[in-house]
Amino acid sequence: MEVQAAKYIGAGLAMLGMIGAGIGLGIMFGNYLSAAIRNPSAAAGERPMLFLGMALTEALGIFALVIAFIILFV
Amino acid sequence: MAAIDPIHQFAIHKIVELPPVMGFDLSITNSVLWMAIAAVVFAGLFALSARGAVVPGRGQVVGEMLYGLVEGLTSSMIGREGVKFLPFVFTLFGFILTMNILGLLNVPGMPHPFTPTSQIAVTGTFALLTIGLVLVVGFARNGLGFFKLFVPSGVPWPLLLLLVPIEFISFLVRPLTLALRLFGNMLGGHVVLAIFASFVASLGAFAFTAGGPAYLALIPSVLSFSMVTALTALEFVVAFLQAFVFAALTCVYLNDVVNLGHGH
Repeated sequence: MEVQAAKYIGAGLAMLGMIGAGIGLGIMFGNYLSAAIRNPSAAAGERPMLFLGMALTEALGIFALVIAFIILFV
Repeated sequence: MAAIDPIHQFAIHKIVELPPVMGFDLSITNSVLWMAIAAVVFAGLFALSARGAVVPGRGQVVGEMLYGLVEGLTSSMIGREGVKFLPFVFTLFGFILTMNILGLLNVPGMPHPFTPTSQIAVTGTFALLTIGLVLVVGFARNGLGFFKLFVPSGVPWPLLLLLVPIEFISFLVRPLTLALRLFGNMLGGHVVLAIFASFVASLGAFAFTAGGPAYLALIPSVLSFSMVTALTALEFVVAFLQAFVFAALTCVYLNDVVNLGHGH
């Protein structure tokens, strides 16, 4: 197999890591929404935590993207 | 076709060639230039907020909002001692925020901006500075008791043999994740924007050069353009969020060493 073809396949496989990040984000926001609908006045106080959790979870998906770029372009 | 294009925008080229000093090449590159522009813009925000009018103007409101955000972060995460670290966290937050946002302001006619935080060297330096500060503060305040950070209290000793190496490794990984998170977000955002923008151009060119039914290619071209608009809006949110998360994690790591052993 040519090197370039293997690189494309490798980059595509590396992006499967984003599945976990997507599921994690869905769980985070779903829990926040169900709690916010139960207790709307307390929801605003926890919003910074929501964004922090979102960024931390998203970061793991971004690490998969960085590996894909390394495979593709380095 | 699309393989080379999205990565080319991150190339560093020298603008002013300077002679090397002690083996280090100190020429002004586009990365250095845009970091200097970001520093000037962020310092200009201080000048806007300096008037201190009782009824604030728009610039002052923005400055006070940013300061209030970071002050809330340090006081809630670190406690009363958080005020000592406020200048560092605020500078970090503001500088990263300015660099991220300036990289998105692509006005036709003006030179194409460069995002210094899309370079691993820049984000790695920020991460090393933060972890360096955490280590210095940790050893200065706790001496050798700093290593109690890796030993959570109330854990039975067989579990401790497994837990301490895991805690140690996760501490060592912290600067790596700090650097990679900011770098990956900025790199990924700009690459995706470049790819969708190249779709707009190539589909439009195909529609106009090959006549007849190829005019249908204008539909995905317009869709790609709306995607670029939506993604740019998302990138502004991500720019602010990543700066906020970097500052928040700095506060969390500082809280770990400042309030070691006792809560605040």
